[in-house]
Amino acid sequence: MNSTRNLPQMLLGQARDILLISLLALGAVCCLLLALGISPADIASTLATGAVGSWLKFNHVLTVWVPLLLCCCGLLFTFRAGLWNIGIEGQVILGAIGTTLLLRADSLGLPPSLLIGLALCAGFISGGLWGGFAGLLKNRGGVNEIFGGLGLNFVAQGFILWLILGPWKREGIASMSGTDLFARELWMYTPPGWRVAPASIVIAICAFLVTWYILSRTRFGLRVKAVGANPAAAPLYSIRPDRTGLAAMILGGGIAGIAGGLQVTCVYHRLLPPISSGYGYLALLVVMLANYKAGPVPIICLLFAALAAGSIQLPITLQLDSSLSGVIQGACVVAALLVYGWRKSRKGGA
Amino acid sequence: MKRIRIMLLTLVAACLLALPWSQAQAADYPFGLLLVGPANDHGWSQAHFEAAQVIEKELTGAKMLYIDKVNPADRPGVTIPMLVDDLVSKGAKLIIANSDDMKDGVREAAMMHPEVKFIHISGDDVLTGKSDKNLSNLMGRMEYGKMMAGFVAAMTSKTGKIAYLGPLVNAETRRLVSSSYLGAHYAWTQVLKKPAADLQFKVSWIGFWFNIPGVTSDPTLVTNSFFDGGYDVVISGIDTTEALVVANQKRKEGKEVFAIPYDYKGACDPAPDACLGVPYFNWVPGYKKMIGEAMTDKWEQNFLWLGPDWADINNMETSSIGFVEGSVMTAEQKAALADFQKALAGGLNLFTGPLNFQDGSAFLAAGATATDEQVWNLPKLLEGMEGAGE
Repeated sequence: MNSTRNLPQMLLGQARDILLISLLALGAVCCLLLALGISPADIASTLATGAVGSWLKFNHVLTVWVPLLLCCCGLLFTFRAGLWNIGIEGQVILGAIGTTLLLRADSLGLPPSLLIGLALCAGFISGGLWGGFAGLLKNRGGVNEIFGGLGLNFVAQGFILWLILGPWKREGIASMSGTDLFARELWMYTPPGWRVAPASIVIAICAFLVTWYILSRTRFGLRVKAVGANPAAAPLYSIRPDRTGLAAMILGGGIAGIAGGLQVTCVYHRLLPPISSGYGYLALLVVMLANYKAGPVPIICLLFAALAAGSIQLPITLQLDSSLSGVIQGACVVAALLVYGWRKSRKGGA
Repeated sequence: MKRIRIMLLTLVAACLLALPWSQAQAADYPFGLLLVGPANDHGWSQAHFEAAQVIEKELTGAKMLYIDKVNPADRPGVTIPMLVDDLVSKGAKLIIANSDDMKDGVREAAMMHPEVKFIHISGDDVLTGKSDKNLSNLMGRMEYGKMMAGFVAAMTSKTGKIAYLGPLVNAETRRLVSSSYLGAHYAWTQVLKKPAADLQFKVSWIGFWFNIPGVTSDPTLVTNSFFDGGYDVVISGIDTTEALVVANQKRKEGKEVFAIPYDYKGACDPAPDACLGVPYFNWVPGYKKMIGEAMTDKWEQNFLWLGPDWADINNMETSSIGFVEGSVMTAEQKAALADFQKALAGGLNLFTGPLNFQDGSAFLAAGATATDEQVWNLPKLLEGMEGAGE
């Protein structure tokens, strides 16, 4: 009874938040642009045409959307468990390494599609293990997951560099350009006229639906939520916060690992040092902007992906640095944190 | 009468203004340029950018569309085929990819856009047969420029210790650093008549063409360690000017050290007092030939490895490789360099045996000269050089 009466109010409140966040972020960015003598309208139209001006451009948006959404799904698990999984970048990298390891094992003699599938599973496992490692450091070593994750990101970066410049280097070249390209049959199928593999979109959507289902419809999801809401009270319901947190880290790391695997098989077709493309860190912003809820994540991912893909047009069309899109993304998140903080303090005050 | 005269003059002026405009419209030929570094890096990318600007002026209708900082560290998540799609959607009919790092991406993009022409700088897909017919390769014979750099370094060094700030190890960088060594060895033994054993030549690789914090070795630190280790001339093989900047700082601290930057004609400008000169690429002749042919439908897949115009190596219309002498070079050094250049022009080939590889294995027998293919694909560093070669 109470909840049905509050539903319209809740929706109204959410709409008001979104409007406030947009106004704040856009206002700040517009002021900055005007101060620099740049027309906000030019920027908006350039970004929009760059993102959805053609089918190919929209494909580029989806190329960013897929790994970003997967990273967000991973983070939803850990945030829900009250854990700041900063180590997600390392989990993406380890996923890419695991996938590459399998794809290089052509001696297995498996059909390419099966090998790609197994390689992505390897990506899930290696990303999951890396996430689990950060969880173990927290549980057994008392290392906060933020610092543990950050440290493991550096280790992962060092590991991928060592592989690329060492055992997996190209013939005669120790180069940051990455490993040799995989054979064509090991590239995930992309139809003519497309720039994104349809299967990768399906994987991302499935991962999101599974994440949403687990978190909102299963006993495990409820346990994760309980641990996140009050880890001290969880044992009263026979929930072990350390085990539940560890499971969330493994699952989250695994999904991030798939993102790394898809970067390898769909986008770059080789392993290269910046394989994660910073999507892990970007996903942290997306999930914060979504106020740690699953529902708005795909849409926000799409907006961020459109900004990232559209920003390539800034240097071509307006001779502006494309890092401006990062400023817009950052402004959105700061505005969101401000609005959520303001709402929380008002609730607290009331 | 006066009014008629004004009207006639206006008409003539309008025709004159309209004529080149309408031609430009008719022959509009946008071309894309993908630069691996910033367009103002005082190095590799700026040399390409400025050559493309010259092409815009000299080939009627040619119009550049460029994107700089095209590398996965600066533009995470952005791929070469993605950028090519964008440039093509803006009308680009020919695309230049200016880095070895873009090899895989440009090959893929060339397959996706068979109607567009591609020039991959420094690659050799045409030689290896890996590219489609719409992809050509262009490179300058910088070996000559590097020989001059090595020559000047050895003529200047008081300690006999010359260092080379290398990017990453591949056939291109091996042949360039080896050319520097051969130039230095020639000056040391043939001009200064000093024993070869007294010359030390060391290369350290940073891992990429420019500094990527946290990923490559820091070229500033590497150069500092060279100077601290007694090396008094550092030859740069990377795209940016850290070696020169550090040399300038050291000179202000009272050290008698120098650097020789790379790639760009104006690379000495930030610190002329520390600069012994710069071997540079002039991409205008190569660009003009390839883009000109594409514009007139005479495109043919080509592998161009263009050298200096020995009549005047600094002729921007004809010479693909040049050398700007540093203002700190003495008159004697300049005269010696001029003699060396004359000798090179007259057929002096420093890749002449007996030459061994660094590991002692034979490269060229006495009197034998290396073929272009042997130089292009140099598999190891040469005997007498220090540093990793593989």
